[in-house]
Amino acid sequence: MAFGTGASSARGGSPGFRFTLYAILSIVIMFLDQKGEYLEQVRYALSIAAQPIEMAVSSPSAAWRWMQESLATRDALKAENTRLITRNRELELRSMRYEALAHENDQLRGLQEALPPVAERWIVAEIVDIQLNGLRQRVLVNRGTRNGLFKGQAVLDDKGLIGQTTHVGPFSAEVILITDPEHAVPVQIDRTGLRTIAVGTGDTASLALPYLPANADVKAGDVLTTSGLGGVFPAGYPVGRVVEVHRDAVQPLAQVRAEPFATMNTDREVMLVWFREGHPAAPVSLNGGDAKTGNANMQSQPVPPRKAPPPAAPATAPAAPSPGDAAATPAQPKPPTPKPAKPAPEPKDDAEEGPPSEEDIPPKPEPKPGTTQPSPPKGDAPQASSQRAAPARSARAPAATPAPRQQ
Amino acid sequence: MNGGEARGAMLLTVLLALILTVLPLPATLALVRPMFLVLTVLYWSIASPRAGGIALGFFSGLMLDVFQSPVLGEHALALTTITFVAVREHQKIRSKPAFQQSLIVFAVLVAYEALLFFIDGWTHHPITSWQRWIHTVTGAILWAPVAALLNLTNDRRR
Repeated sequence: MAFGTGASSARGGSPGFRFTLYAILSIVIMFLDQKGEYLEQVRYALSIAAQPIEMAVSSPSAAWRWMQESLATRDALKAENTRLITRNRELELRSMRYEALAHENDQLRGLQEALPPVAERWIVAEIVDIQLNGLRQRVLVNRGTRNGLFKGQAVLDDKGLIGQTTHVGPFSAEVILITDPEHAVPVQIDRTGLRTIAVGTGDTASLALPYLPANADVKAGDVLTTSGLGGVFPAGYPVGRVVEVHRDAVQPLAQVRAEPFATMNTDREVMLVWFREGHPAAPVSLNGGDAKTGNANMQSQPVPPRKAPPPAAPATAPAAPSPGDAAATPAQPKPPTPKPAKPAPEPKDDAEEGPPSEEDIPPKPEPKPGTTQPSPPKGDAPQASSQRAAPARSARAPAATPAPRQQ
Repeated sequence: MNGGEARGAMLLTVLLALILTVLPLPATLALVRPMFLVLTVLYWSIASPRAGGIALGFFSGLMLDVFQSPVLGEHALALTTITFVAVREHQKIRSKPAFQQSLIVFAVLVAYEALLFFIDGWTHHPITSWQRWIHTVTGAILWAPVAALLNLTNDRRR
């Protein structure tokens, strides 16, 4: 034994020495990586080195797909073709309707000309590596800075929101899914306009909405769309559907489970999207605001004039709930709640429940300082609480800044 | 001395093991998949500690970090640590029968995962699910076949 270690010390010191050396090295690396962005370049270089391995890893599935495609029979192709044509026609019809609705929405909101869609361009990326094991829900896609990707970019599939990029290398990028336990999406319930946060559960088929008060107006079947807060995702993209609402008499918060629309465990391709800056539905300040330092715009939001008429919404901070909510989702035009009498009692309910839900948020992991707001007027309590919760939970989101522009 | 040949075989198998470790699999399979890379590095640390040694552990860990770690250096530290233990005790481990080796490997894998667990906690990416420990059991079970397979590539052990 003693001889063995003595002999191995011939090359570069004893094992103990080398262990200490490498251990210290790894700890320094961890510290730097944790501390800040010092190691982005190192990660970048390492991901270049990892590129051949990534290709090798994706080659079996690519080969399988190629084989499937080349072995597909003519009949199957024909059937698929007819299916696609039907689907295309369907979508075209729907988009015609969409144009009309978008135009009408613009007119209703007093905008002079129709807005272009919020998505400026997108690229399709293939999923190379998947970590879907209930622990981390990440996927690796085969596009990187070479294709113009950036950190904190929204990732979608054809059915809904999937996630955002966390690390971007030259040829590949890591995407954290919305179902990752560390991920949170600011969402809005389409039916009522109520804003909240959807947190990943580690299961590809479910999201949790842990910050809704027990008497919040939410029921199974409600559609969740992105609210546009948080600075990563634009407003109005479909996220999921509420499948289960559990109200417990003792608990101040309802336990709500939602199912994401995106089929994350079967997707092979995803879309990475660039959004038009300055578009009302675009995520606010992609790189300007910083969750750590806080955002001046957000901090000193003036108390809005209570009588602010809806057309003035683009200029003011939190407007009255119902027009504000309708304005926040121009990308997906939906009529504001049909009955004019309905919105009034609704926010009141929430306003009463606002304070308990705010009190329950701070004990949650890592509440970020610098996101506090002056105590909002009564009617805005639900909005304010969701704005506050957005940066607190979405620690991964690079710029968590609620929109001062549209709300 | 056939250190050069051993080193070539070693690098090849480590690369293969890395690919196996990060290969996309269906969720249930991925859950029980052992850390092939860790097993392979362990094997080489025990079978020919001079071919790779602690540097092998460190750099394999770093590559693993690039693929599946929220913090760079996490797997590097854990793998460095267990490689150190394996290199230091390689003669004791080598002389044990297969079953006892599996038990030792199990303990080492648990220590490895525990290190990751603590690092995850310190760096605020905690995963408290019990599922993260599954691979230690499957790794211990698969240790004997993996070691036998790697023996084929290792001239000195044949």
